[in-house]
Amino acid sequence: MLTLKDISKQFDNRLILDNINLTVKDGEILCIVGPSGAGKTTLLRSISGLERVTSGKFLLDGQAFDPYENRENDSVIGVVFQDFQLFPNLTVMENITLAPRLVLKKTNEEAEQEAREKMAQLNLAGKESLFPYQLSGGQKQRVAIVRALAMNPKILCYDEPTSALDPDLRQEVESIIVGLKQQGMTQIVVTHDMTFAENIADDIFQVSPRNE
Amino acid sequence: MLNYIMEILPSLLSGAGMTLQIFFWTIILSIPLGVILGLGLTSKFKPLTALIKFYVWLMRGTPLLLQLIFVFYGLPVIGIVFDRYDAALFAFVLNYTAYFAEIFRGGLQSILKGQYESAKVLRLTYWQTLRKIVIPQVFKIVIPSVGNEVINLIKDSSLVYVIGIGDLLRAGNVATARDVTLIPLVLVGVIYLLLTAVVTYILGKVEARYSTWR
Repeated sequence: MLTLKDISKQFDNRLILDNINLTVKDGEILCIVGPSGAGKTTLLRSISGLERVTSGKFLLDGQAFDPYENRENDSVIGVVFQDFQLFPNLTVMENITLAPRLVLKKTNEEAEQEAREKMAQLNLAGKESLFPYQLSGGQKQRVAIVRALAMNPKILCYDEPTSALDPDLRQEVESIIVGLKQQGMTQIVVTHDMTFAENIADDIFQVSPRNE
Repeated sequence: MLNYIMEILPSLLSGAGMTLQIFFWTIILSIPLGVILGLGLTSKFKPLTALIKFYVWLMRGTPLLLQLIFVFYGLPVIGIVFDRYDAALFAFVLNYTAYFAEIFRGGLQSILKGQYESAKVLRLTYWQTLRKIVIPQVFKIVIPSVGNEVINLIKDSSLVYVIGIGDLLRAGNVATARDVTLIPLVLVGVIYLLLTAVVTYILGKVEARYSTWR
């Protein structure tokens, strides 16, 4: 369970997040919604350790933790970026196994075996040796999901998972996210798409823009 | 004529050997140094970037010929003495490192922030990110510009002539002056063309290797 206590984030003099209190329960899907500019992405970036928060605390299962500094511990947060950010110079298999090999010190065989299992689940079998430019948007997203899952995160975050895809792929993303939930994965989804959020969410957190 | 060519060819080829030596050592030293200074130019530590910018400005803003003369004939005045070959190599490495640093800076800056962030959330270290993700992408981007510099270097190496090193151009010039014929200079041109043709071929191969991904 991830708890955010009084999280605030300020850029220069602009307060983006103002005392956010939020709980993500294990195995649930939390959707963070709100209009653009409200700070959804900043909130997600703070949770995933890409921004240092100005004040407030993160608690993981009751223990304090700082996602920004969290490097040596077990993987906590996995991230699927809006534009996926696959590594163009690496094949699908290398994209997925790079971090498990370098960071988790897995052997090639181990890392590839696990990657193949996860790829099969997300309908990516046979794409191992392709490069990212050879994939469709939906396939890139699934590779990004497998790449994040390969680090065994406790929580998987998505930034606007439907925005870079054709509208008819929304259904597919929904079923992937719900499928991962059935396997017990805790997920946080940032989206501006309310219908999408209502379809998948156990809990919805509304971020509203701050009036200055 | 063929006899004459066979007669002067050994001296031209030994000159070409010197040209190639300077070429290889300059490449081997200045490309890695260029990568390091390129990284320095993208660093957030302002005194470092200012220092490297000054160095690049100095090296690109003055003729390589002046730098060669300065190192070999100038520095001994203040007690720093290089032999000819070391002086040539020193000047070439200093000069070419500056050009490569600028090329790599451009390449590094074209890598999107998202690539670093995506590596960070996968908990790769900065060095792992550079080695596995950033540098390969930068290399692909800079191959054409680096190729230009490499070809330039083959021809620039003829400048060592001025500090009395027996390179290809010097060998040809000596033969022309001695035998009063154009043949040695034409041969020198042909040998330079062959060298650049080989380098162009190798660059093409490297580019092809990097074209498997986009």
